[in-house]
Amino acid sequence: MKTLRLAVRSLRNRRTTALLTISAIAISVALLLGVEKMRSAARDGFANTVSGVDLIVGARSGQLNLLLYSVFRVGDATANVSWESYQKIARHPDVAWTIPISLGDSHRGFRVMGTNGDYFKHYRFAGDREMRFAAGKPFEDLYDAVVGAEVAKQLGYSVGSKIIVAHGLGNVSFAEHDDKPFTVVGVLERTGTPIDRTVHVSLEAITAIHVDWQSGIQALPGGQVDADQARAMDLTPQSITAFMVGMESKVMTFTMQRAINEYRQEPLLAIIPGVALSQLWNLVGIADTALMIVAAFVVLAGLLGMLTAILTSLNERRREMAILRSVGARPRHVFTLLIAEAGMLATAGVAAGVGVCYGLIFAAKPLLERRFGIFLDPGGLTGYDLAILGIIIGAGLLMGALPAWRAYRNTLSDGLTIRV
Amino acid sequence: MSSPPSSNSVAIEATNLLYAWPGEPPVIDIAHFSVACGERVFLRGPSGSGKSTLLGLLGGVLNPARGRVCLLRTDITALSAGERDRFRGEHIGFIFQMFNLIPYLGVLENVLLPAQFSPARAARIPGGDLAAEGRRLLATLGLGSPDYLNRPVTELSIGQQQRVAAARALLGRPGIIVADEPTSSLDHDAREDFLRLLMNECQAQDTALLFVSHDTSLGPLFDRTLSLREINRA
Repeated sequence: MKTLRLAVRSLRNRRTTALLTISAIAISVALLLGVEKMRSAARDGFANTVSGVDLIVGARSGQLNLLLYSVFRVGDATANVSWESYQKIARHPDVAWTIPISLGDSHRGFRVMGTNGDYFKHYRFAGDREMRFAAGKPFEDLYDAVVGAEVAKQLGYSVGSKIIVAHGLGNVSFAEHDDKPFTVVGVLERTGTPIDRTVHVSLEAITAIHVDWQSGIQALPGGQVDADQARAMDLTPQSITAFMVGMESKVMTFTMQRAINEYRQEPLLAIIPGVALSQLWNLVGIADTALMIVAAFVVLAGLLGMLTAILTSLNERRREMAILRSVGARPRHVFTLLIAEAGMLATAGVAAGVGVCYGLIFAAKPLLERRFGIFLDPGGLTGYDLAILGIIIGAGLLMGALPAWRAYRNTLSDGLTIRV
Repeated sequence: MSSPPSSNSVAIEATNLLYAWPGEPPVIDIAHFSVACGERVFLRGPSGSGKSTLLGLLGGVLNPARGRVCLLRTDITALSAGERDRFRGEHIGFIFQMFNLIPYLGVLENVLLPAQFSPARAARIPGGDLAAEGRRLLATLGLGSPDYLNRPVTELSIGQQQRVAAARALLGRPGIIVADEPTSSLDHDAREDFLRLLMNECQAQDTALLFVSHDTSLGPLFDRTLSLREINRA
């Protein structure tokens, strides 16, 4: 205890070096912890994006491609699924429900997704959470739209807002379906998934806004169909982009997957979201493992900085050690003094690092959500985080053993008077 | 060689003492040397006379190749290194030429340091009030003003620093005080002043004082004067 108090006083005496050392450790720890937090946030974000869905079916392409465009709204489908095939599978006795997805249009940078009411009923995320309405209700009328929380927040929409869907994807579009405006009838609660960044309309609406379009351009005046005329038409789509399947019995999932993948009439691909998600995670995970390794080396650099600082101070402190020795300190006290110093520097560095990390998370949270859709939940320190921090402090103590040993040796040879 | 101790109990007694640094000829070879309890002995030791080595042997930091060092009737050469450390903390106060104080501790904290490492020395303090005893010692040495207590030791003059060191050496009534050139950085007046205060307090505590210096003019102030050159045959 008394030795600890001495160590504190001694460090305070060298506060500039001590503070710099602590800062170096703090920054490295903040980086490491931040990377770890981002990593788990990303992993959770991935795993939480979709659940309760047994299969996702799209035109045959790649497993990841299908997952990315159907769930993450990233990339495009290369081909569509015909309405007949969809209906055939949807009516299969083992299939409990399906959610059709029709993509391809956008609204001011947010993707528009055509679907049906089952989407709000059956889609799950983050374990077993279902979508809830912050305001309004699911779409009923042909020109109704339900917007995700982020869309509503960024564009300032509420129930009753009028929106115009643009043809194609991208932030700025020159081809707009401005003849058929939509009305926002529902705003979803925030989910932390791509749902927040999606405008949902009915499948029929997607058909309706394209009814007078051919090869990506709207028909010339005369050939156009106005909003009310479209209502009278048969709006059953010819094709959809993909669909999600819920099975009556999970046991049948693999059988159904194989059946769809071997479907003769049309090249289709059925994926199990969990499997595809973990495959995607493996891919993305390499990057953050690399980042984690880099961060670990930065921590090592921080600790080496501490080691340098302590070792450098040793020579000028030989006198201090000799004085302590003359008043009865034993060499082991000197050893403890230096180990304690390293331990305190490392602990203070780690504590400050945790503070810096949380500070940065809170500061960067809005930006990350807005720009990248990453929902960083600062949370508490997990057992894993604590283990990492413990290892850092342990490494600091271990490094402190080197100067402590040298001081111990100096103390033994110097005795009470220093021959320098 | 020297007159027998005036008191019947012996504070320091070295017999047949031999010490050599590894690979070098002996630096210390003393047949007999003793200081009685409460006695104040001036040891004249110019640099190169083996003074530091002798102090290392008396302080138990060095162990002789041959011979015995008895302090307050304890043969410290028979003790383990850890026990010698404890013994030193408990029974010996040191004052060095300079740099006696821990720069990051306050005046009073420096004075109380021995009590931190030696519970026995803390226990000898009357009433157990360390701070009060520290202040009393500082006051006897002329540093009674509270102004000094709160000042960083680095702001004190050399003379004041040496008095703080003396107060620290005296804390907890150690049986022996070893002073190694404590006055050589002081001017003449400060030197006399310092010596007078130190000796008074040693007398009051019945503490043996071994005062090592090359300044022979101080010799007459002591009970006895010895020359290291004469007692050391090396």
